Amino acid sequence: MPLNCARCKAARAILKRPKTRDALCKECFFHCFENEIHNTIVEGNLFKPGDKVAIGASGGKDSTVLAYIMKLLNERHNYRLNLVLLSIDEGITGYRDDSLETVKQNQKDYALPLTILSYKDLYGWSMDDIVRQIGKKNNCTFCGVFRRQALDRGAIKLGCNLIVTGHNADDIAETILMNVLRGDIARLKRCTAIKTGSGDNPEENVVPRCKPFKYTYEKEIVMYAYFKKLHYFSTECIYAPNAYRGHVRSYLKDLESIRSSAILDIIHSGEVLAVDEGIKLPVLGACERCSYISSQRICKACVMLEGLSKGLPKLGIVKSSKVKMIKREAITDGKKCDEKCCSFTCKSETDNKTNCKS
Amino acid sequence: MSNHLNIIVEFKGGMELLFDNVTKKELSLPVNSGEDGSAPVEWTIKDLINHLKEKHLKERPELFVNDDSIRPGVLILVNDVDWEILGENEYKLADGDKVLFISTLHGG
Ligand SMILES: [Zn+2]
Repeated sequence: MPLNCARCKAARAILKRPKTRDALCKECFFHCFENEIHNTIVEGNLFKPGDKVAIGASGGKDSTVLAYIMKLLNERHNYRLNLVLLSIDEGITGYRDDSLETVKQNQKDYALPLTILSYKDLYGWSMDDIVRQIGKKNNCTFCGVFRRQALDRGAIKLGCNLIVTGHNADDIAETILMNVLRGDIARLKRCTAIKTGSGDNPEENVVPRCKPFKYTYEKEIVMYAYFKKLHYFSTECIYAPNAYRGHVRSYLKDLESIRSSAILDIIHSGEVLAVDEGIKLPVLGACERCSYISSQRICKACVMLEGLSKGLPKLGIVKSSKVKMIKREAITDGKKCDEKCCSFTCKSETDNKTNCKS
Repeated sequence: MSNHLNIIVEFKGGMELLFDNVTKKELSLPVNSGEDGSAPVEWTIKDLINHLKEKHLKERPELFVNDDSIRPGVLILVNDVDWEILGENEYKLADGDKVLFISTLHGG
């Protein structure tokens, strides 16, 4: 029973859009997909001519499609952006090795320069080292906090004034739900923003970030990659996945199967949730150790590194007075961070996915 | 008289991890013309999903099916067409069909 495309009425439909329930042909799907992202970019004022933009590339579906789309739209609409690929090597044998090969392929296919930064170089610890030290529990927290800083450092090193990430509508709805469930108002505000670290609070990030896929459904990203024959790498991180996010994700998928607009509805809710002026949000200052931006006296990454070297890996993961005590101790140590973690600002883990994805 | 329905099944996007890392299978499904009732008369996608779950799935069935239906987040294409415009579970498989399962649940 061939069905004709709802848009051109001529060609055979190949996909039902989750957003509109329209059945579209391949060409109309490509057109709508690309145009909607272009519109998101224009309406959100995401770029200005001359921006040097680091594309956070993991070799996974979202960042592979992001690299392709950024190059395509930059040329088609003459954004005049200088695009580069930035990958983080967490140092997970057998996981990152393969995905980095995919990123290298992207570099060739899209003719974009690529820089790879490793945790080992930046922090002195690879994820394999960290897991050997702390076991498989909680390592996603380390990975997420370290990755966030790593992307900032890489972008600064490359002279980029902006980072784009492949967070899609499903990811953002998921993060909004998680922050609601955890009652984390500060992050709820941040994760909803299409662009962070610029405008009203220039101090918020070291390098401003934006999410061109904020309103793009995961299904369409995967379908686009399939029909465009874009090769991406998909596997699960070999270390424990973020179980909490996993549950939220299934819940969201179930909601979506009943009501297809659920994802955009949740994003909309996140956007219109206002924080009452009487509510005190954490004030961001600089980490006393490495001077990376932080809402605490010592940033999360420094606390975690401290924990690793002292054999107290729970530091920075559990919030307790005990940790605060150790933190005070750390400050009074008067020791400065070694060079590797200095002169950058950090902040605690944010809207970045913590389940081993950049 | 017994016959066979020949189809190709493919796994992508991490779905293959649940099927022993096999990305492509050629299946010959038994079809009964009606006499002895030992095999189905026809195969729907729903039957295929059950068959894959029972006979081919190697691990973590919960990542493939949910209450006898495909797990939300797994995309299915029949001959490169989204199963959502083909009647989903009720689509009747035809000889030579290529059925592709893509997981969107595996890390990106
Ligand atoms: Zn069309």
